[in-house]
Amino acid sequence: MDPATDANQPTRRTITIDPVTRIEGHAKISIHLDAAGAVDTARFHVTEYRGFEKFCEGRPFTEMAGITARICGICPVSHLLAAAATGDKILAVQIPPAAEKLRRLMNLAQITQSHALSFFHLSSPDFLLGWDSDPEKRNIFGLIAANPELARSGIRLRQFGQGVIEALGGRKIHAAWAVPGGVRSPLSPETRDQIRQGLPEAFAIAEQGLTLFKHLLDHQLGEELEVFGQFPSLFMGLVSRDGTWEHSSGRNCGGIRVMASDGALVADGLKEDDYASFLAEAVEPWSYLKFPYIKALGPEAGSYRVGPLARLNLCERIGTERADRELLELRQRGGRVVTASFLYHLARLIEILACLEQMEQLLDDPELTATHVRARASVNCHEAVGVSEAPRGTLLHHYRVDANGLIERVNLIIATGQNNGAMNRTITQIARHYLDGQHLSEALLNRVEAGIRCFDPCLSCSTHAAGQMPLQVQLFSADGELLQQRRRD
Amino acid sequence: MSVCTLQINERDVAVPTGTTLLEAARQASIPIPTLCFLEGLSAVAACRLCLVEVRGADGREEPRLLAACVTTAAEGMRVQTHTPRLQDIRRTVIELLFTEGNHVCAICVANGHCELQNLAVEVGMDHSRLPYRFPERHVDLSHAQFGLDHNRCILCTRCVRVCDEVEGAHVWDVGWRGEHCQIISGLGEPWGAVEACTHCGKCVDVCPTGALFHKADTSEEKHSHPERLQALVHARSHQEWSP
Repeated sequence: MDPATDANQPTRRTITIDPVTRIEGHAKISIHLDAAGAVDTARFHVTEYRGFEKFCEGRPFTEMAGITARICGICPVSHLLAAAATGDKILAVQIPPAAEKLRRLMNLAQITQSHALSFFHLSSPDFLLGWDSDPEKRNIFGLIAANPELARSGIRLRQFGQGVIEALGGRKIHAAWAVPGGVRSPLSPETRDQIRQGLPEAFAIAEQGLTLFKHLLDHQLGEELEVFGQFPSLFMGLVSRDGTWEHSSGRNCGGIRVMASDGALVADGLKEDDYASFLAEAVEPWSYLKFPYIKALGPEAGSYRVGPLARLNLCERIGTERADRELLELRQRGGRVVTASFLYHLARLIEILACLEQMEQLLDDPELTATHVRARASVNCHEAVGVSEAPRGTLLHHYRVDANGLIERVNLIIATGQNNGAMNRTITQIARHYLDGQHLSEALLNRVEAGIRCFDPCLSCSTHAAGQMPLQVQLFSADGELLQQRRRD
Repeated sequence: MSVCTLQINERDVAVPTGTTLLEAARQASIPIPTLCFLEGLSAVAACRLCLVEVRGADGREEPRLLAACVTTAAEGMRVQTHTPRLQDIRRTVIELLFTEGNHVCAICVANGHCELQNLAVEVGMDHSRLPYRFPERHVDLSHAQFGLDHNRCILCTRCVRVCDEVEGAHVWDVGWRGEHCQIISGLGEPWGAVEACTHCGKCVDVCPTGALFHKADTSEEKHSHPERLQALVHARSHQEWSP
């Protein structure tokens, strides 16, 4: 029960998230103890409010790709593609095949660069330098000092992904290139060949990361596997028509699949247009981030995870040789449906490999350089839902427009939100394991931070590229008394 | 043809009588920023960006601030085009335009091809010293081909003039007063309902910002084409129709 809403509790038990306490870009976490002093629950508070859904109202739907891409500087491509896909439906056109393939190419590049950032820049300092190493050095700069070759590799891999995005869209960040009806510009054979030249090095780096991380898993990260968010839950994401790994809507997309931890298919072939019939969002008074769940199962049982691990769990196979070999190994390590959230990191590395292999296949497709890349039409449909797999998980854009194409209503369901329940369960599990009496230790903070980072939420990306995650952790007793508070910026 | 001589930035310039200060400066390759002015249309001196300091006009020695686009050059004038005072005025004018409307360059259809944006760079507007008003304005997408976003309109009236003077349709006008002042189509009807509109697109071609645009345009896709109007005006006045 939420202390803020429990009328029977004394007032001192109230936890208030006041606008004054908003800490932009900070993760605010509260840990609540039970009467016996053990951890009852831990909460990940998102106290930022951005209001995109509101201020898009009244704008032409053609602007949505440009506006929503501004939500994030790390994965703007995801919003760009979801907005463009929604725009396609408002125009009621089927986009030219080359445009669909070019969008796929950009999404593969986007997933590659984002996963490279997550693994090499943000997370690997934890594994390689140690959870309890000096926080001043446990970052990308510390990694450069300790393992310059690996740090360089990570930067190069991200550079490759960003370079592909720039080659297609004209710039690395916020390239407003995907538009309703297709894309703005075709890919020249010369640019395609330049992209191809970068693939061998990217493959080598992906393999290097996989070898390194699997070695760490085998030798020193056993406890993390069990404690960092190891629990059964549902998984949700796109799969292709033949059940292989999928990241984009389009002709080959088989819709949304929901799978339970035992491998049972809860739902399959769900259309994004019907999302409101199978997804609902719970709201908690202590966070601006909603808690989506599978409607039929309720907020608890219907809680699900999205993102790299979910996508790998959901697919029968990836469909490319090297990535499928790694997927098999992942399943040998964690079962057919992997429930250890710590393996999101491994899933990311496997997805990088899958992206590179699929990019290689796409670049060999002669249709990729076709010059007809945009279908033109006026408003033919007044409500539409678009979907795309962002690096962090399934992303849904839902627009309703008036007869002229002005936005009347917007609903965005973002990946980080869908992992909200899982992030809370993860930090609760970590707090239960590592809380030492009633003392918030540095070791606990480090692990809570790393637990959240398994999911690579937008929060960590936007505020954390150069150092440790800004955190505020509060420890509350059973009667709501604030026992201790630690904060670091 | 009678000629008058004047000084612009201490340079002697001789121009035919009746030439405006803006034309005289441009003939002498002295740039003066403009926004509402567009060659081929009448001048209205609405934006005040082309203000210059003029001495010696009518025998007066104190510097007068005059709009170069509508001030006729006169014998003995001494004109300054880029004093610190003028530069401050121009920056302030641009800041007023930005803060008076809702100009969000990052997502604008004209981003990268916008005269207002270019002028902001030219006058060194790296931030606004004035508070933003964030007025509530609407977007008119009722026309089959074009859109009008009042948030981006700076009331330069180029669209009003081109539609009246060149197309002869007079779809556009300026309605209301003060902070409520805005471009209106017909008698304040939705653009798509105005029968006088010939769908020629000249207003879109001359709009200096992203206020008037093709409906399919997304961020950064709008390019203005004032040269089309100028070619038409030249052809009509010189009876030269072949390219």
